[in-house]
Amino acid sequence: MKYRSVFDIIGPVMIGPSSSHTAGAARIGRVARSLFGREPKWANISLYGSFAQTYKGHGTDVAMIGGLLDFDTDDQRIIHAINIAKEHGMKITFIEEDAITDHPNTARVIIGDHDGELELVGVSIGGGKIEITELNGFELKLSGNHPAILVVHNDRFGAIASVANALAKYEINIGHMEVARKEVGKMALMTIEVDQNIDDQLIEELEQLPNILKVTKIVD
Amino acid sequence: MFRNVAELVELAVSQDKKISEIMIEQEVTVTGRSKEEVMALMDRNLTVMEEAVERGINGVTSHSGLTGGDAVLLQKYIEKGNFLTGETILDAVSKAVATNEVNAAMGTICATPTAGSAGVVPGTLFAVKKKLNPTREQMISFLFTAGAFGFVVANNASISGAAGGCQAEVGSAAGMAAAAIVEMAGGTPQQCAEAMAITLKNMLGLVCDPVAGLVEVPCVKRNAMGAANAMVAADMALAGITSRIPCDEVIDAMYRIGQSMPTALKETAQGGLAATPTGRKLEAKIFGMPLQEK
Repeated sequence: MKYRSVFDIIGPVMIGPSSSHTAGAARIGRVARSLFGREPKWANISLYGSFAQTYKGHGTDVAMIGGLLDFDTDDQRIIHAINIAKEHGMKITFIEEDAITDHPNTARVIIGDHDGELELVGVSIGGGKIEITELNGFELKLSGNHPAILVVHNDRFGAIASVANALAKYEINIGHMEVARKEVGKMALMTIEVDQNIDDQLIEELEQLPNILKVTKIVD
Repeated sequence: MFRNVAELVELAVSQDKKISEIMIEQEVTVTGRSKEEVMALMDRNLTVMEEAVERGINGVTSHSGLTGGDAVLLQKYIEKGNFLTGETILDAVSKAVATNEVNAAMGTICATPTAGSAGVVPGTLFAVKKKLNPTREQMISFLFTAGAFGFVVANNASISGAAGGCQAEVGSAAGMAAAAIVEMAGGTPQQCAEAMAITLKNMLGLVCDPVAGLVEVPCVKRNAMGAANAMVAADMALAGITSRIPCDEVIDAMYRIGQSMPTALKETAQGGLAATPTGRKLEAKIFGMPLQEK
């Protein structure tokens, strides 16, 4: 079941006009920002389907940039997000794509600065709810229903066990977990949805583990 | 966890509880939050709805200038007392319009279940409030009942105009509202389901064709009629009228209709009212582009 909480239906509290095209877009932008860990200097955003056809009317562009600026769905600053981003020196490009995607409201967000870049694909499935389906070339399924930890690691034996052990030490239960890799023995991505809130200390501890490259948390 | 309306009604009937109570209990179980926290969160949403209605009935205009001010017109008309239908239904329509006018003006609203359909649930709630004088807690319960039915639709069909057309947005919202009105008015859980079914049946096939891609024309007036539809269906269910097609099958029919609906009629601004000569002219004017580009 994609929707688990009554507040997915009665909610979110948000700036209009569209839950999928405005609130959902803001959330996709905000997840990208959260995973990137800082405000990006540039953003290339490709829009597909209904997103591509109607983004100007729905404020999808301002909302997406608002998310990149770490604004929540009910933050009034969303309305002026593009101007605020420009004041911050962010370079923004929107691309209207013709390709047909599985879901009509899909966006590919590529953001970066001189220290690195990040690419993700987000889908706005309705009522403000989103899913992340791709991150830096890794396929994943992140529902946003629960707090989650994303772990980029070397594809070696023991990496998964060491992360699971650390979670157990902090008495955190794993609700859903998946591992994706592009090539055997290279880089891999663990997506772990958990039931409890995630302590910053745990994140630091995970990053110290052998073969673990980067750890990011997404809070519910 | 209930997966469909039949299970939801069965849970309520077997435990002699209201739909809203079943929804609250499930929320507590799924999220691990306390009942007090869950009630407080919904209370906050109710406050946002109240503020949006208040702002809308005092008059607001969207950036495009396409919508705004209709809630005010209707409130003044009600005050004069010469209306043909009824005060409660017109008040519901006016307050649904008010919320969507605020939404179109990029104001703060609570999605129920979406922003484009955010008028129907609060519109009917605040109109019925005048008639039934509910407590604050009963008003919060109204939102949980609406949420329970929306939850079933979202998981078995769709609540997105881009995926299922307007029937999935305003249609779902109207069905949710009808069910919640019935509970507040003292109807049974089964009568809630009948009201939802009767409402949604009359919204089937409704396309999503926003002019210029804006959540304004025809969205605001579709919320108006969604609210009216919900009010009438609630009265029908309370009178003892049932739907020959069970609620879950109506929801399933809505899903299938949405799947077979052409993309041009699913929030792409390519068909329906968006593609009328006037729709195209408005679009060209708003975005300052030549008409032949579309």
